Amino acid sequence: MAGGAVSGGSAASDTYAEARQWLLVPSWLVLGIFVLAPVCVMVIYSFLTKEFRGGVIWDPTLAAYDQFFFDRGLFGDGDPKLQWTYISIFWRSIWQAGLATILSLLIGFPTAYYIATRPSSTRTLWVFLITIPYWVNLLIRTVSMKFLLRDEGPLNGFLMNVGLINDPLHIINTNLAVQLGLFYSYLPFMVLPIYAAVERYNFTLSEAAADLYATKWTTLRRILLPAVKPGVIAGCILVFVPSLGAFLAPDLLGGAKNFMIGSLIEEQFKGNAGNWPFGAAASMILLSMVMIILLILSSQRRRAGVDQ
Amino acid sequence: MSARTDVKTYSGFQFTTILCILILYAPLIVVTVYSFNASESITTWRGLSLRWYVDIFVGPESAKFQQAAINSFSIAIIAATLATAIATAAATAIVRGGKYRLRTPSLGLISLPIMVPEIVLAVATLIFFNFIGFARGYMTILVAHIAFCIPFAYLPIQARMQGIENTYEHAAMDLYATKAQAFRRILLPLMMPGIISGFLLAFIVSLDDFIITNFVKGAGIETLPTAIFGSVKQGLKPNIMAISTMLLGLSIVMVTISYFVSKSDNTK
Repeated sequence: MAGGAVSGGSAASDTYAEARQWLLVPSWLVLGIFVLAPVCVMVIYSFLTKEFRGGVIWDPTLAAYDQFFFDRGLFGDGDPKLQWTYISIFWRSIWQAGLATILSLLIGFPTAYYIATRPSSTRTLWVFLITIPYWVNLLIRTVSMKFLLRDEGPLNGFLMNVGLINDPLHIINTNLAVQLGLFYSYLPFMVLPIYAAVERYNFTLSEAAADLYATKWTTLRRILLPAVKPGVIAGCILVFVPSLGAFLAPDLLGGAKNFMIGSLIEEQFKGNAGNWPFGAAASMILLSMVMIILLILSSQRRRAGVDQ
Repeated sequence: MSARTDVKTYSGFQFTTILCILILYAPLIVVTVYSFNASESITTWRGLSLRWYVDIFVGPESAKFQQAAINSFSIAIIAATLATAIATAAATAIVRGGKYRLRTPSLGLISLPIMVPEIVLAVATLIFFNFIGFARGYMTILVAHIAFCIPFAYLPIQARMQGIENTYEHAAMDLYATKAQAFRRILLPLMMPGIISGFLLAFIVSLDDFIITNFVKGAGIETLPTAIFGSVKQGLKPNIMAISTMLLGLSIVMVTISYFVSKSDNTK
């Protein structure tokens, strides 16, 4: 669940100012030792030599990154050529995550807008309906999707019963299944931030535009959309970033042919490949991509004066 | 107001919303329905039955699932409790600690587990345990869960504390309560909805985690999600539908409680 940073708010009460160091010590210790330090150790491991049955040999090398980007022939002494195997896995992941984000936006935006414009009594119920799947076990949701999309599954059964198709659609183990899985997994992440933005939107602006003879769609595009853009961007990040590193959807719905970054990384530690430095390097490249996206967006937001 | 000038409604948006809800719930409903299927096969429907729920408790795989459930629940309870305590202390320092230099870095550190992609955090944690020579097992899962549950417990607690004006504590201190007393007798009870909500969310996040657990668990130990995953890799079976439905129900109950507790207002 990657995405926006926690904001501390602006309330600057200082009742417990003299105890603040002691109150922070437990979180610094636990997160420093078990989150920050591990990420640093991972950086080091990505520059070490691989041990054949997992683990590392303490011999610094760039081999893992070299293996990622370059092909040096069968004996490792040829001229370096760009190695497309891993780059294309990353490219496919970006593509899949991007399509899942667009699809979630197409469904999520109208949903968020519709919910935010309901009277406050029914609004709570709608938000609650979107919140529930947000917290339901991702593994169970992915397994449910696999069950639904199977060749003999309920979706094909339904479509054949109503006569739309004669033969079952082969969706499982295709790119489409992975996309649907990612879209389904992270759709609530798109709806909730856009909803929050539209709910704060001042609708008299739209009414003013309508009074000046703007059509409804022009009003939506030119007046509302710029105002709720931060919510839309937050939603896109919350879908794109976890989709990029997803493991369950490609593994359970995509099968062996539709590898994504998450599966590539997992295989280095749990599967047969067993190359820890390479897995650490691939994780570093994924982490850097995510951090670059978050930095660009936060600097844009600061320039736009959205942050306090 | 005529339809043309009613700026709040767009044709098709209601349809999309219903479609969205349908997409989100259809797979879950289908699995729930099929968990009550009497048939051995997951494809053919043979009428209602509770046989797969019985199978989880007495069937050939019951011992495996029971051990996994014990591991999952004990880890979730311990991790959520500790994460909630740590998050409450941190929120007090951030919301009631005034302005200071370490405030922003502390917030950054707390949000780190939700900013780093889960698979990267899993790799980093596995490598770290290997680096310090900590044998993988129950303890490695527990420690990892405590760490990544902290932001999930923190968010509702912080939100709650920001909603409580400090006049209550100041009134208590004007009446000669010490700061510790004001915290324990005034602030803590007022914060309870946020703390309960944070605990429940941390509990669900821990109970549901697959990716990090799968990396740090070691060979001989399973939690419910890793046991379900292992079983699904060998093929979808009806008993998995039943166990999934039970976990689903549990998540829905806990989110519902958390949702309504956090909305309740006890400052009046």
